[in-house]
Amino acid sequence: MRPFTYERAATAKDAAARAARTPGAKFIAGGTNLLDLMKIEVETPAHLIDVNGLGFDRIEPTADGGLRIGALVRNTDLAADMRVRRDYALLSRALVAGASGQLRNKATTAGNLLQRTRCPYFYDTNQPCNKRKPGSGCAAIGGFSRPLGVIGVSEECIATHPSDMAIAMRALDATVETVKPDGTARSVPIADLHRLPGTTPQIETALDDGELITAVTLPKPIGGTHIYHKVRDRASYAFALVSIGAIIQKDGSGRVAVGGIAPKPWRVEAAEAAMPGGARAVADGLLAGARPTQENGFKLTLVERTLGAVMAQARA
Amino acid sequence: MSDHADLEFSRRSILVGGAATVALPAIAHAEGAPVRAASEPPTLPVSLEVNGQRHNLQLDTRTTLLDALREHLHLTGTKKGCDHGQCGACTVIVDGRRINSCLTLAVMHDGDKVTTIEGLGTPDRLHPMQAAFIKHDGYQCGYCTPGQICSAVAVLGEIEAGIPSHVTDDITATIRPTNMEMRERMSGNICRCGAYSNIAEAMAEVAGEQA
Repeated sequence: MRPFTYERAATAKDAAARAARTPGAKFIAGGTNLLDLMKIEVETPAHLIDVNGLGFDRIEPTADGGLRIGALVRNTDLAADMRVRRDYALLSRALVAGASGQLRNKATTAGNLLQRTRCPYFYDTNQPCNKRKPGSGCAAIGGFSRPLGVIGVSEECIATHPSDMAIAMRALDATVETVKPDGTARSVPIADLHRLPGTTPQIETALDDGELITAVTLPKPIGGTHIYHKVRDRASYAFALVSIGAIIQKDGSGRVAVGGIAPKPWRVEAAEAAMPGGARAVADGLLAGARPTQENGFKLTLVERTLGAVMAQARA
Repeated sequence: MSDHADLEFSRRSILVGGAATVALPAIAHAEGAPVRAASEPPTLPVSLEVNGQRHNLQLDTRTTLLDALREHLHLTGTKKGCDHGQCGACTVIVDGRRINSCLTLAVMHDGDKVTTIEGLGTPDRLHPMQAAFIKHDGYQCGYCTPGQICSAVAVLGEIEAGIPSHVTDDITATIRPTNMEMRERMSGNICRCGAYSNIAEAMAEVAGEQA
């Protein structure tokens, strides 16, 4: 790990301003992903701004019947909140499908959204990686690409976003609240938070330098059957090969977001019109334009079959 | 200025390859002129309450909670396995919650209460979970055991607190400490000897006693 200076932020505004003007500064909250990457020097911040003391650790009702989740609410606490378990069960289910108990006790809501890909070539500093070192190439394309992306990917990068929680938040139409270094606040729909790699895979989100996530809000509950189905190589504590987050109503209509296949939580609203017709048509819409590698083409079939299983479970 | 000169001298000496150069920083310290180059890693004061005892430390900001416990407080019960949060050997309980001590910085825990395996019980007064691990053969080589036991103690607390897991059927109902719940919740603790089934039995016994 490279040496770094460290401070505890006093206010969100101050933290954002300091992050924007301090060279090499990064926020740290749970630290479970950042410290892992610092140990192998994929991340080499010169300065850490600890935001744990900012008090964004509450879950509160909003005026329009939704929930406002503080950026620092730990994954365990979010999954265990009775309002979330009752009205946004998809979110609880997605959270407990991710990581381990120890990690969920530390990991935060905002940190979960901003965690980096687990592409093995991003982690291996001896390999080219356009995300880690822009312009160096992509060792994943033509390499071991079985766990990697099949859609939304580019010639420069086929990394996936690893979050389970974000899949649920995408299906729930969450909004991300931030504060910018100049002190102004803004709201970013979860659909617009993560960017596709294109020719700049090192730019992963729509956030500005120093912009700090303060909360994630959920609109009022929409009912329905909430199912998170994660397919992985182990029964527990493994990243998704494919995961389906679905909210299905009695008439068969609903929403679907997919994990494990793309650089961001993958949802195609237009494809959801086909939901009463079955999994095949929805999967066709979700995966139109997919460009799998030889090793990960199985994910296309797996999306359809997992979605079929989820739909059958909702009907049962 | 003199600090800089010392640094220059030691650099040249190292290039020459003389074994005597190793002693240079120590001499500089003895003379009351600490070697403090611009590249010296930053340190900060940290106060930790470990197993009921307060410790005041001055630590390199990079020091993980795990290294603070093992290398600075010499509490070597907590183990370093993967050092990346994957194996769970470093699991300790901080302010009542189990965490991977390798994936958190000591400076982020100023004022926190830490319980390690040394604080759960002693050879004369075992924690019920320690006694149950012995009774049920919940280990072979023992390296992962301190992390397993800290995790197991916290898992029973999490079930009691009603925190759902991936295998919980109805996440709005009361959660029972079933074998499946134990197995799922312990997935962040790897045992290369494969004592898993015995660990789950030890946990079941303690959970039964508590019920």
